[in-house]
Amino acid sequence: MSRALESRQNRAGWAFVTPALALIGVFFFVPVLGGLVLSFTDFDVYAIGQPEVARFVGLQNYAEVLANPLFWKALGNTLVFVLAGGPLSVITSLVAALLVSSKLVRFPGLFRSIFFMPVVTTLVAVAIAWRYLYHSQYGLLNRALGLAGIHPVDWLGDPHWAMPAIILLAVWKNFGYNMLIFIAGLQSIPEEMYEAAELDGASAWSRFVHVTLPNLAPTFLFVGVMTMLGQFQLFSEPYVMTQGGPLKATTTVVLLMYEEGFRWWRMGTAAAIAFVLFVIMLLGTMLQMRLQREQR
Amino acid sequence: MRKTLTATVLHAVLVVGALLTLAPLLWMVSASLMPAGDANSFPPPLLPRAVTFQHYADLFTRLRLTRHLTNSALVSVSATFVSLVVNSMAGYAFAKLRFQGRERVFRTLLAAIVIPAQVGMLPLFLLLKAMGLVNTMVGVVVPFMAGVFGIFMIRQYALSIPDDMLDAARVDGTGELRIFWTIVVPVLRPILVTLAVFTFLSAWNDFMWPLIVLSDEAKYTLPVALASLAGEHVQDTELMMAGSVLTVLPVVILFVALQRAYIRGVMMGSVKG
Repeated sequence: MSRALESRQNRAGWAFVTPALALIGVFFFVPVLGGLVLSFTDFDVYAIGQPEVARFVGLQNYAEVLANPLFWKALGNTLVFVLAGGPLSVITSLVAALLVSSKLVRFPGLFRSIFFMPVVTTLVAVAIAWRYLYHSQYGLLNRALGLAGIHPVDWLGDPHWAMPAIILLAVWKNFGYNMLIFIAGLQSIPEEMYEAAELDGASAWSRFVHVTLPNLAPTFLFVGVMTMLGQFQLFSEPYVMTQGGPLKATTTVVLLMYEEGFRWWRMGTAAAIAFVLFVIMLLGTMLQMRLQREQR
Repeated sequence: MRKTLTATVLHAVLVVGALLTLAPLLWMVSASLMPAGDANSFPPPLLPRAVTFQHYADLFTRLRLTRHLTNSALVSVSATFVSLVVNSMAGYAFAKLRFQGRERVFRTLLAAIVIPAQVGMLPLFLLLKAMGLVNTMVGVVVPFMAGVFGIFMIRQYALSIPDDMLDAARVDGTGELRIFWTIVVPVLRPILVTLAVFTFLSAWNDFMWPLIVLSDEAKYTLPVALASLAGEHVQDTELMMAGSVLTVLPVVILFVALQRAYIRGVMMGSVKG
């Protein structure tokens, strides 16, 4: 390539990426750094009108957040959602993917689309619908359980059941997404590997354990990390269905951040909460990558 | 013989799974057509005793949802338009134009995927406030205009464009912008449809950001309006379900119409290089 063409491409390349980089820079990277700065200040409702009254307070916000029992409650709730809801969601996705991918299935595209349907729906709308389905008296879920002889459960009113109810909604809403990724992963496993295992007399179960699972390892890592990152950000479900209750049983870290920041306008505290969550998410990602590497 | 048995069981499980998946959505439609008060009776009915469209009429007259529908459409369409232009140019450049620092910039962008949006939300709000964009439609659209995922998706697709095709045009003296519009965009068409569906759906369905940025009730997008109505009209199950159906219907129709493009996009997200 000639010098002239080279410099022309250099200029064109930068011109093409500049709008995207400028937008991402101004509206994402700058706010993220700003959030870090904000977390070291006492920025509150007075500072909104007059930013110059905000002062640097060092690590005070972090100390306060870590000393706040409600933060630990919210973190505990969020971890329950991640650690119980995450595996449940991934397993549901994998089972759906295996079923849909079977060669015996007719109309696999139809089933795939149906299972994926909840993913595209608007969360607020379906959460409102589920709130009625969970109704202790008139809800269809308790009606179905009643027919099976199980006593009615006050799903969203009982602190023990509210989080499981939200997990169930989230699994229903999201499993189709990871199902597609597992289907893509399953399709990339060469057919010969199954044929060879079958010639060796391997049963269906042992083919699954020795051929399918090891070949899906990269898919598991991707699905695991992305699901975890998404789940740490749980907000809309409790906001719409329970407002964090009953007895704070469904208050999550992001919901707490929202209330601190945008209801009470304690932006410094809220920014500290956001960064603590970010660090936990980073640690979670690193842990998963490490675990997966050790398995191989 | 064993094979037909397995196939029967497999289909039975799939049909049950499909029904369970669709049940909440079907009930939503069914309840929205019931006469007021019927959904809250015992035993809870599965199907309407008599079909009424009154609640849908109420949404547009009494609750004046038309403007929220318009707001949502406006936000989603403009987000989609800007995202298509900005992300496709960047994605193509990262794949095909050799410029200094390309790999480094691209890697930095990819690393940003692990940063949750919430970390930047508070300062973004303050920034938009300073720019006078709080409580405006532009403010709602801002986070959707450019995205790492969109750029990544376009780049992966654009990598397959043969260099010879581009170089031939360059030798003929065609400018880079013209090459992009006349040669690259037609090749990228399928992935542009994917990106469009993606952006439209996420802008339409988003809740937290419009909730934060919009304070004026008249400017609410459909999900924000719906959440606020759900608080006031807890007892009006049928009315709320009509509102939910109205909110979900456009995206479900879009998905059914363009599902192949959308599904390809989801699957592409998983084939990381």
